[in-house]
Amino acid sequence: MIPQSFQYEAPATLAKALSLLQQYGDAKILSGGHSLIPMLKLRLATPEHIIDISGIKGLSYIKEQGGYLKIGALTKESDLEESRTIRTRYPILMDAAKMIADPSVRNLATIGGNLAHGDAANDHPAVMLALRAEIIATGPNGKRNIPVDEFFLGFFTTALQPDEILTEIHIPVKKAKTGGAYLKLERKVGDYATAGVAVQLTKDDQGHIAQIGIGLTNVSAAPMRASNAEAVLKGKSPTDELIAKAALAAARECDPNADLRGTVEYKRAMVKTLTERAVRLALKRAK
Amino acid sequence: MSTKKITVTVNGTSHSVEVEPRLLLVHFIRENLNLTGTHIGCDTSNCGACTVLLNGRSVKSCTVFAVQANGKNIKTIEGMAEGGALHPLQEGFKEEHGLQCGFCTPGMIMRCADLLERNPNPTEEEIRWGISGNLCRCTGYNNIVKAVQYAAKKMQEAEAVPA
Ligand SMILES: Cc1cc2nc3c(=O)[nH]c(=O)nc-3n(C[C@H](O)[C@H](O)[C@H](O)COP(=O)(O)OP(=O)(O)OC[C@H]3O[C@@H](n4cnc5c(N)ncnc54)[C@H](O)[C@@H]3O)c2cc1C
Ligand code: FES
Ligand code: FES
Repeated sequence: MIPQSFQYEAPATLAKALSLLQQYGDAKILSGGHSLIPMLKLRLATPEHIIDISGIKGLSYIKEQGGYLKIGALTKESDLEESRTIRTRYPILMDAAKMIADPSVRNLATIGGNLAHGDAANDHPAVMLALRAEIIATGPNGKRNIPVDEFFLGFFTTALQPDEILTEIHIPVKKAKTGGAYLKLERKVGDYATAGVAVQLTKDDQGHIAQIGIGLTNVSAAPMRASNAEAVLKGKSPTDELIAKAALAAARECDPNADLRGTVEYKRAMVKTLTERAVRLALKRAK
Repeated sequence: MSTKKITVTVNGTSHSVEVEPRLLLVHFIRENLNLTGTHIGCDTSNCGACTVLLNGRSVKSCTVFAVQANGKNIKTIEGMAEGGALHPLQEGFKEEHGLQCGFCTPGMIMRCADLLERNPNPTEEEIRWGISGNLCRCTGYNNIVKAVQYAAKKMQEAEAVPA
């Protein structure tokens, strides 16, 4: 499959990339290309200009600084997998990175592209909802911080403006007694989730759940937060009964479509099971 | 039709050429350079037959544009044997019957080259996850796992012996 012709530029700096975006009306950014190129090949996307930002220096890093885990937009899934910080302190991100696509795809796919694509089938959106991340967008007038709850607006639609580039992700730095997990059911390696559940929680000194975030993958038109499930557990001691109640709430509030991956009932049942398991694993990890 | 000048090093040889931006890296390798060892299976980044090394990391060249490789190093299956001697992975596939029809083999070997570079002594499970993006319709994978174990052992022995 051959994409429609386009003009290609690979600016070396963010400033140049931003000015090219301003200059061209119909331009698409390319990072890892592993969502964009398949769409170009199917001619679902036919931009006149492609701006390859992968060569811009200084947009690939993983660092804890000023109360945040900061991840540069061009950080690849393989960088996350190989990061000691991620492995030792943010297991929810390690769980996700290892379940995304396959090792060769992960060598090119970026975390920024994964979020900017706005696809509810992608795995990072639910993880960012659970982590209550902020998305940093840089545009002609500088940077703005977008809370993740205001980022995913609908089916393949995000809060990014056409002249903005997603440059960084801010995740509140790991606190004591905090743990997270991402569980994904897939039919085979490289498949998008039949359902996925991300949980990040913090316990207080009494063992109550002081804070909790739960995000769901591929069971709604846009990536979604399981607010009802969160409300069941927040401030409570996580008994088996309450965990089951929260899982049921998540299964009820999601809105899956029937497709080759399963019926609506099956997907809701999987959300229930995965939510229970992810909450338990997160509790176990919250030392 | 506008073209772009790119310079890429493939198996140690530098090529400067004008290409259309939409030219896929796999087509550049097969059709412009006549290196047909790199195969096209699915054309949708699922099967791994088109796997090559881009700056040392395995990528699926059906989902990369040639222009994205500008200034970079590419290694294909044709670049694996050196001075007439098979690469330990090639030898492993031969000795352990890691192939039948051979269609998946070049991609499989390039993927495993990246795997062993980062993890010289992988467990069986790590090998199986490591090749999880490469499909083989013939072997049932068991002999591929053995071939990679053979290569890992041989490469480590070579490391241990001072030249
Ligand atoms: C075989 C296969 C299996 C996959 N399986 C999974 C999976 O299981 N889970 C999963 O989550 N993903 C999966 N993916 C998707 C993969 O992770 C994508 O690479 C990722 O979603 C997009 O990242 P990218 O860097 O490749 O973005 P690109 O493809 O380069 O871009 C994607 C979109 O985002 C825009 N964009 C990219 N970067 C920016 C930026 N910095 N600022 C603003 N806009 C930007 C682009 O214009 C484009 O519209 C799979 C892909 C393939 C090919
Ligand atoms: S041809 Fe590229 S992955 Fe199948
Ligand atoms: S040997 Fe035939 S596909 Fe692998």
